Amino acid sequence: MRNDASNMGDYQTKQTFETFSFLPQFSQQDVFAQVEYIIAQGWNPGIEHEHPSTAFNHYWTMWKLPFFGEKDPTRVWAELEACRRAYPDHHIRLIGYDNYAQSQGMQLVVFRGRS
Amino acid sequence: MAKTYQAGVQDYRQMYWTPDYVPLDTDLLACFKITPQAGVPREEAAAAVAAESSTGTWTTVWTDLLTDMEFYKGRAYRIEDVPGDKEAFYAFIAYPLDLFEEGSIVNVLTSLVGNVFGFKAIRYLRLEDIRFPIAYIKTCLGPPNGIQVERDKLNKYGRPLLGCTIKPKLGLSAKNYGRAVYECLRGGLDLTKDDENINSQPFMRWQNRFEFVAEAVLKSQAETGERKGHYLNVTAPDPEAMYERAEFAKELGMPIIMHDFLTGGFTANTGLAKWCRKNGMLLHIHRAMHAVLDRHPKHGIHFRVLAKCLRLSGGDHIHTGTVVGKLEGDRASTLGFVDLLRESFIPEDRRRGIFFDQDWGSMPGVFAVASGGIHVWHMPALVTIFGDDSCLQFGGGTQGHPWGNAAGAAANRVALEACVKARNQGRQIEKEARDVLMEAAKSSPELAIALETWKEIKFEFDTVDKLDVA
Repeated sequence: MRNDASNMGDYQTKQTFETFSFLPQFSQQDVFAQVEYIIAQGWNPGIEHEHPSTAFNHYWTMWKLPFFGEKDPTRVWAELEACRRAYPDHHIRLIGYDNYAQSQGMQLVVFRGRS
Repeated sequence: MAKTYQAGVQDYRQMYWTPDYVPLDTDLLACFKITPQAGVPREEAAAAVAAESSTGTWTTVWTDLLTDMEFYKGRAYRIEDVPGDKEAFYAFIAYPLDLFEEGSIVNVLTSLVGNVFGFKAIRYLRLEDIRFPIAYIKTCLGPPNGIQVERDKLNKYGRPLLGCTIKPKLGLSAKNYGRAVYECLRGGLDLTKDDENINSQPFMRWQNRFEFVAEAVLKSQAETGERKGHYLNVTAPDPEAMYERAEFAKELGMPIIMHDFLTGGFTANTGLAKWCRKNGMLLHIHRAMHAVLDRHPKHGIHFRVLAKCLRLSGGDHIHTGTVVGKLEGDRASTLGFVDLLRESFIPEDRRRGIFFDQDWGSMPGVFAVASGGIHVWHMPALVTIFGDDSCLQFGGGTQGHPWGNAAGAAANRVALEACVKARNQGRQIEKEARDVLMEAAKSSPELAIALETWKEIKFEFDTVDKLDVA
């Protein structure tokens, strides 16, 4: 294929949100699947939110405490929705806390706040 | 009881072949593959290796009687056939802990792979594995940060890191080089890398490179909102220059530097790792020269030994090969030493070339870096083989994209995330590779073009260094 300007795309830099932010917006079903994965790994789901202006910080504000021992993805989803209702202009992310590795096994921005 | 001195030459096996010996938990154990000269019995060859790599020399000396040789000598304690090889055999040797200076990989290797490798009675000799006792491991600093700390610093969870080596590997000016870095990072890579050959040549001096790269890293970070880094290679002609470069990288606010641990040497590497721990810097390790040591199946040092030595000497990343790309690497064997780099306890498993249980205690793990001739079509296999605690580096596979580095980076990032998403949903991504990638390409024109560009490229040559199986 001839590689000239007319058939070349222009890549625009995007504000992105780490893991999974290069894929199309996750549907509720997509988020469910990742919550099930978190639970199947034996990790604890948690939720954090932050205003876009301060979202580069490591620490976002926790929504309640992590849901230790939670096995039901619908309850995690309900908390995500509740967090969004309370902070409609914040980014909201789902965390999978891995206490064995003493780290996070997963982090996924589920809702993006209006910036 | 006191012995009398008898000058002369004894068979090594009288003193160093001890088949009844039960190794201590504190012993350092080694497995050598020995191919003796014709006519040399196995026990004698094994004992000779034990002797020459520990207390022995070719003749008795009177000063032997001034110490407790029974305490200090290495012991050949077991011999095994090598499957599928009539000439060679495995010899297992136990070394007492006090033969080695604390925290010194240099000292361990000087003994175990020193003069003994030139010993005339042996035709070929290969160090296959070392079991480091936990007592010795506790004297080593190890990775300056480790996998978890690096994830926390870079805020990257639940997926492999994505990187790229800047090409062409030699000849770019500092400003053009920084451009290539910026394009990769703004497009979605987490990390970029100096090629190992880049140190401080006339076409691009290190200060200039560091300054332009720092601007590229900071700008891409501000624009994307993600944390970024570039492995600034501080490998240098002498330690003073190495530390000078490391200090400057830190001054510029860069998160990670890089070192070549074999050409630079273990003294330099261990020193730099200590500096990184002290200064909160991540350390990427390249492995130039490793194939000289580890590729021949009968002579040299297996890479799993070099990998263990690196984990002890210190590094947060180490190149491990890709299995699927342009460079040598058997899958089972690679999976074996990838575990040795990352896990805290690895059981003996001959199917993966692991000869000993290895307990690392609390020593942090090292990211496995897969780099060399890989592109988007390899992504499902790479995610399956290496898992999340790896760094996948696409050099040509990013910068060879028809639209340039940023689009190439985005293509790789989309492919990576699509594979991780599908894996987490329980799909067999290696088998369903085509479906997963083609699906993802529907929403990413960058990925669609990349898939089209590299659809025919494979590197299918047989591995030279295979595991020993019948």
